[in-house]
Amino acid sequence: MTLVPTSRKRRRDRLDRRPWGVYAILLVMMLLFTFPVYYLIVGSFETPAQTLDGLRGAAPTSLTLANYHSLSQVFFSQTITGTLKGFYTVSSLVSLLVVGGGLFVNSLAGYGLARLQFKGRRTLLLLVIVLVIIPFEAIAVPLYYMLSGLRNTLVVQALPFIGSAFSIYLFYTFFLALPPQLEEAAKIDGAGPWRTFAQIILPNAKPAFASVAILSFIQIWSSYLWPLMMTQSPNVYPLSIAIGNLLRQQSTPNYGEMFAFGVLLVVPMAVFFIVFQRWFIRSVASLAVKG
Amino acid sequence: MSEIVLHNVSKTYDNGYAAIHNIDLTVKEGEFMVVVGPSGCGKSTLLRMVAGLETITSGELSIGGQVVNDFTPGERDLAMVFQNYALYPHMTVAKNIAYSLKLRKLPKDEINRRVKEAAEILSLTEYLDQRPGRLSGGQRQRVAMGRAIVREPKAFLMDEPLSNLDAKLRVQMRSEILQIQRRVGVATLYVTHDQVEAMTMGDRVTVLRAGVLQQCDTAQNLYDKPVNVFVAAFVGSPSMNLLYAKFDNDGTTLHIGSQRLTIPHSVFAQRPSLKAFAGREIVFGIRPEDLTLEGSGETLQGRIGHIEALGSELIVHFGLDARNYVVEDKGGSTEEVEEMLEATALTEHVRNVARVAPRSQIKPGDSIPLHVTMERAHFFDASTGKSIW
Repeated sequence: MTLVPTSRKRRRDRLDRRPWGVYAILLVMMLLFTFPVYYLIVGSFETPAQTLDGLRGAAPTSLTLANYHSLSQVFFSQTITGTLKGFYTVSSLVSLLVVGGGLFVNSLAGYGLARLQFKGRRTLLLLVIVLVIIPFEAIAVPLYYMLSGLRNTLVVQALPFIGSAFSIYLFYTFFLALPPQLEEAAKIDGAGPWRTFAQIILPNAKPAFASVAILSFIQIWSSYLWPLMMTQSPNVYPLSIAIGNLLRQQSTPNYGEMFAFGVLLVVPMAVFFIVFQRWFIRSVASLAVKG
Repeated sequence: MSEIVLHNVSKTYDNGYAAIHNIDLTVKEGEFMVVVGPSGCGKSTLLRMVAGLETITSGELSIGGQVVNDFTPGERDLAMVFQNYALYPHMTVAKNIAYSLKLRKLPKDEINRRVKEAAEILSLTEYLDQRPGRLSGGQRQRVAMGRAIVREPKAFLMDEPLSNLDAKLRVQMRSEILQIQRRVGVATLYVTHDQVEAMTMGDRVTVLRAGVLQQCDTAQNLYDKPVNVFVAAFVGSPSMNLLYAKFDNDGTTLHIGSQRLTIPHSVFAQRPSLKAFAGREIVFGIRPEDLTLEGSGETLQGRIGHIEALGSELIVHFGLDARNYVVEDKGGSTEEVEEMLEATALTEHVRNVARVAPRSQIKPGDSIPLHVTMERAHFFDASTGKSIW
């Protein structure tokens, strides 16, 4: 007889001990962060009138693919022309250059700083750390003059971002934590430095490579200031510039199309993140087992 | 011919720190040479110099009759087993073992044959497709051995390969490593800080202290005829009792604190130089098993601090009213150090140890006469620490 109420009471006690206050704060914050994304997605399937209907637009009565349909056509017909495919290609190529080139260059630099003993190593490391804290905006103007000869090219959009102090530092700290005996074992097995890097270090540094890839991809895919400064021709516009121009060049901005464009801009980033994050987690798990 | 010969080899780092001083050492073909010493004595540095992972500042290193100072580690054709095994975590056991063979572009059939053979020797066949992360410590150790033996190298180098294993596994792996080494029959340089491991495994043992070679000999000779007080204290567990003592002027009686020992003629016959120490201070050394409860002849009176009953024997910690000679940086195994600390914590003067027969009727606090086997006593110059012969 007494058992039932006691266990019920115990359960209630346990529930009472949960940090409900913290949950409430977290819930509010989650809504704050996710609502704009939700609005963006929903808005991209609405007519402009619905989109602009305030919060009511967030609870749509009917959805349409019209925005995506018009984006897939040739647009910007008033002043300039360009295709969605073209903008995607530009953004993809620039990102490929930055991510691929960056992984190669920065991992080698980080590895060198972590493992090679040479004069000025500490100074160089300090320089890298200093460079991490300098914002891009501060060097954008000098860079503009330095690279003005390359304006309206794909290369110029990628060039300043391939070598990245932050990525170098991230690789550096990761390589420091790898046991040097792995490389020594490879040396004794007869592997040279390049082979050691490619066959021993690289496969064990997947978490670092994944993190750098994710971070630099997100940075370059959504970069706006630099391509705005360096590109005047629609055939080298990346997605981010195209979306800005869409807004500016329509007499009455079509927010439905804007939202759809926004979704198209975000989707590759989300896909990229999900793909590499899975890698990242797998690598971390294998490191943990290594013990 | 795959002897390892170190001739006058030294290592000085860029900051001026001299880690290794003029070492002369020969590891004969098929010999199992153990280098032992307290931590920081330079033994790992020495091994790494042989491996080619550290440069040699001066002197000459030859392997198989060829001077290899300027050879890369790969060119030296050695195999090394690391303390943490250094297995490649992303490769399977088979690939780990095969890696060096692949780099040498051996034919696939040959690689497979050798990997299979090594796996059979080391009972690793069923783990060949697994990654090192899934193996136990002992299995990883075997993979590391496998990686070493498939290469059929000129020599094996091992850097404390057993120190990450638990005590039981360590004893088992000791004999496995020895068996493999005998089977392969190549010169082996094995570094450890554990003197028991050194004594039980080495054909010969080299004792190193602060980068200086102290003595290189068989385990028995190190134990019976240490060249100096450091080797005497380092080798043997529990270690040798070392006491300051002074000869009287005619050089026949030794004063140890308030007690006296008459030195028999046989000892002077063994150690003629001892006569020259009449009236001088020396360090008197006696191993714990050379002090007995029963017997005849000279005795030392000691007060028992505490007794450890091991079943087969009693380890009696006792105090004397004489000053103990303390060897700095003796190191030794951790248990030994802890044992020593424990002993000194009980009373300041309980620094001496005797191993006596089990079931002896003694208890802490007793004052007992311990018979000294004088022929087995050791004498060291108090100023230089060298053994007096």
